[in-house]
Amino acid sequence: MRDRITAFLVLLPSLVAVGIFVYGFIGQNVWVSLSDWGKNPAQALALRPELRFVGLENYRELFTGFVDTRFRQSVVNLIFFTLFFMGGSLGLGLLLAVALDRGPKGEGFFRTVFLFPMALSFVVTGTIWRWLLQPQGGVNVLPTLFGLPPLGFPWLTTRAQVLVFDWNQLPLYTAFVVGLVLLYLGWQAHRAGEGKRRFWSLLSASVLLLWAFTLGRHVQLLPYPEPHGFSLALVGVILAAVWQMSGYTMALYLAGLRGIPVEVLEAAKVDGASEWQTYRHVIFPLLAPITLSAMIVLGHIALKIFDLIFAMAGLDYAPTDVPAIYMYLLAFRGNQFAKGAAIGILLLLLVAVVVIPYLASQLRKEVRR
Amino acid sequence: MRKWLLAIGVALGLSTLAQTGKLEIFSWWAGDEGPALEALIRLYKQKYPGVEVINATVTGGAGVNAKAVLKTRMLGGDPPDTFQVHAGQELIGTWVVADRMEDLTALFKQEGWLQAFPKGLIDLLSYKGGIWSVPVNIHRSNVMWYMPAKLKEWGVTPPKTWAEFLATCQTLKRKGLEAPLALGENWTQQHLWESVALATLGADGWANLWSGKLKFTDPKAVAVWETFGKVLDCANKDAAGLSWQQAVDRVVQGKAAFNIMGDWAAGYMSTTLKLKPGTDFAWAPSPGTSGIFMMLSDSFGLPKGAKNRQNALNWLKLVGSKEGQDAFNPLKGSIAARLDSDPAKYNAYGQSAMKDWKTNRIVGSLVHGAVAPESFMSQFGTVMEIFLQSKNPQAAANAAQAIANQVGLGR
Amino acid sequence: MGRILLYSLLLLATLFFLLPVYLVLLTALKEPAKITLDTVWRWPDPVYWESFKVAWEAFRPKFQNSAVLALSATALSALVGALNGYVLAKWPFRGSNLLFALMLFGMFIPYQSILIPLFQFVKAIGLYGTLWGLILVHVVYGIPIVTLIFKNYYSEIPDELVEAARIDGAGFFGIFRHVVLPLSAPAFVVVAIWQFTQIWNEFLFAVTLTRPESQPITVALAQLAGGEAVKWNLPMAGALLAALPTLLVYIFLGRYFLRGLLAGSVKG
Repeated sequence: MRDRITAFLVLLPSLVAVGIFVYGFIGQNVWVSLSDWGKNPAQALALRPELRFVGLENYRELFTGFVDTRFRQSVVNLIFFTLFFMGGSLGLGLLLAVALDRGPKGEGFFRTVFLFPMALSFVVTGTIWRWLLQPQGGVNVLPTLFGLPPLGFPWLTTRAQVLVFDWNQLPLYTAFVVGLVLLYLGWQAHRAGEGKRRFWSLLSASVLLLWAFTLGRHVQLLPYPEPHGFSLALVGVILAAVWQMSGYTMALYLAGLRGIPVEVLEAAKVDGASEWQTYRHVIFPLLAPITLSAMIVLGHIALKIFDLIFAMAGLDYAPTDVPAIYMYLLAFRGNQFAKGAAIGILLLLLVAVVVIPYLASQLRKEVRR
Repeated sequence: MRKWLLAIGVALGLSTLAQTGKLEIFSWWAGDEGPALEALIRLYKQKYPGVEVINATVTGGAGVNAKAVLKTRMLGGDPPDTFQVHAGQELIGTWVVADRMEDLTALFKQEGWLQAFPKGLIDLLSYKGGIWSVPVNIHRSNVMWYMPAKLKEWGVTPPKTWAEFLATCQTLKRKGLEAPLALGENWTQQHLWESVALATLGADGWANLWSGKLKFTDPKAVAVWETFGKVLDCANKDAAGLSWQQAVDRVVQGKAAFNIMGDWAAGYMSTTLKLKPGTDFAWAPSPGTSGIFMMLSDSFGLPKGAKNRQNALNWLKLVGSKEGQDAFNPLKGSIAARLDSDPAKYNAYGQSAMKDWKTNRIVGSLVHGAVAPESFMSQFGTVMEIFLQSKNPQAAANAAQAIANQVGLGR
Repeated sequence: MGRILLYSLLLLATLFFLLPVYLVLLTALKEPAKITLDTVWRWPDPVYWESFKVAWEAFRPKFQNSAVLALSATALSALVGALNGYVLAKWPFRGSNLLFALMLFGMFIPYQSILIPLFQFVKAIGLYGTLWGLILVHVVYGIPIVTLIFKNYYSEIPDELVEAARIDGAGFFGIFRHVVLPLSAPAFVVVAIWQFTQIWNEFLFAVTLTRPESQPITVALAQLAGGEAVKWNLPMAGALLAALPTLLVYIFLGRYFLRGLLAGSVKG
């Protein structure tokens, strides 16, 4: 019994520390995000600022306020960055893992080469790639070494956007996409014969879609159209991020591929499956759980991305802005601490949506074991 | 007799030799702007050899990075002993209103600075009956730089108005110059904007904008954005990737004809690039602003709670002295804030700026902290982004006015 | 045919991963005046080592800061993690699993969401601007991952071993010292490598919580490269310096590095 108490006491400091540094600070930050810290310049940088409660005002401004258009673009940037960065890292990682799994000569060398960027700081990566992506040097003049004309893509300095949409349409699109996902889930539940899940998925899907097609079309977040889109300056940032992280997914996949029992592959061969069919129907499905954990890790790295962009493009450059950058800029440059805190909380919510279900499922697995 | 000498020695020593400890000077002067600050620090070390000077510089365009770092330190209750800050609203609206600075009026009186500095400048440093920092220099924002030899080659003359500029730009484009105007990263675009705005609105209009008498949404102010948009068409498309020095380099290398930049560009070209002012490179007021001097001033203040207050006060004394200013400014490419500095110590550019400083109409810079509080300034970047993205003058003007209302500009 | 495709793919990928490094070397070895955009890929002539000397002079104090920071924070968090992992794996109590899950969440939070309170807290306890403040922060936010790695590792130690020692009369710490710790070397190596690279490479806390004297090298590098008109030879030489320690760790201890990576993906 004494040992049990000792055990608890040993764990206690860590629990307290995490309690304060994670949960306490989150609570404190929520409070700051509901205050007016930064609105009044006399209080903003006072030694002991007095804060007043203003409710959800900061959040409202971020999403519908006139001057916070930059925040909205940063959210759009974040979504595109996350998608392409995850897609790129997973795709390249899988490709490289499959290649290495076929046992080429010098496998150890290749593995080392593909993985080494993981050891670098994002600041180092950003510094390097900033130099590589100079519009009139670096990557762009590589073709001239072979007598070809230089590339003309201006990388980080471009302001061009594609896939432009109006911010006012955002609730509509969101409802539409979520509705489709729920529809898909309902269909899956139907196939699995889970009546209750099917009912709820289909019900919420139809409510959402119905809303999207009727009322949703008339929602106006802003009194005027505000275009946002995929900022092409992000292409360079995505490239650098994929360069750094695809080795990691390669390592994960390689471990997964090596873990597939030989019998399974033999069986596929006996059944007369072609190589492609084996990959498609046997190997890739077995790698799905790895893809899921990689997606979680990459996703939360993407949502937090800060240092890479700081080093590549600096704080001031809106085309490569993400919420983490904008938060730092607002709080520590513009003195808008409350609004900065609000962005922090929004980021937290985004990450929580991804991570909590995952953690919960992992934990359940653990308990079951 | 010897006793007397000793006593005098001790008395003097109290203020000089006996000074020990540290002095941390916070600024964004590194790289090309470093030598000027170092000259000033050398002077300080001669006077107070016992003091260890910590030169804490944070680099990055016009101090944008430094300001963030300074803010975290001030919030952290860890102020440097003295820090660089633009005279005017950047100082007042950020630090003085938050009650973080010491009043330096006594120092100004003791050193006779009320007479040594021009009254307009003292007004800029004053708020609620106090004077809050010591100006070390005067820079001019509205200057256009060019290489006379190149212009001759191209057969053009420096334009006097923006209309002329746009015409010249077309001529140069026809001669194969892709981007006649060299432009750099984010803040340099705002810098260009303030020159365009000054020309379009005139000195009175410009002042009215900041006192709240002229709205950003007034057709006259909207016109600024229209002209600005046309001027941008003459500039390089990779601006975002260039520092201001790299933009100047373009002009020097003949890849562009003009650059609108503050007169630290003169320091860069003469000190770092070793070009001769007046012959290798030349300047003119930015188009449409002749007779107007858009000024900004770097200054040093004394934060409350400075750990080495006396050392910091001695630093401020040196910063405001004739000796200090004449050591600093010729290297920095700026002119002294004092009225009694020695023209012989300055190069051709400095001498011409001094003349203009005494005869021109003086207005303050937006980008460099003189006329608008930081809360406006930091969000003006967003206005610029709105314009660059949408190219819509009215949208930019609306956004600017919204921010002006929000921060209570002119109130 | 398949082989050719395979090797050209690998070669192409190798180029993609190594060309940036090659360019860094080229640039770092050039005289500043000879660095021009259109000739970036040309071999330096003459080779100019001075940049490394200058960068080293400029970065040495920051390098030392990073070293002190990374080494002490790593040592401390390994210790904390070993104890936590031991408790959670071998002395679980009611609700310990839930507490563990709550702890794990700390690993995923975006630090932006606690930055302002953290900043105020570090200031309030008087550690703002010091290396100690940063060490504390890294140790605390490292707790989840190190606890996870040790817990997973200790779960593999058979409970019978612990039980046997207990029957022999060993207590909580006795078992830890004489049974668990001697088996822990691989876990310590994994944790040490993971934490060392993470802390060495970290930027956000470093840039918000330090002053120039206590800055780690990542902050110095970002500021040097973000500064104006610095010729690129210095940032490149600086980037190599900043990358060197973690690269060495990776090259010599790659196996363990990989294990840390895989552990980082919460393979419960």
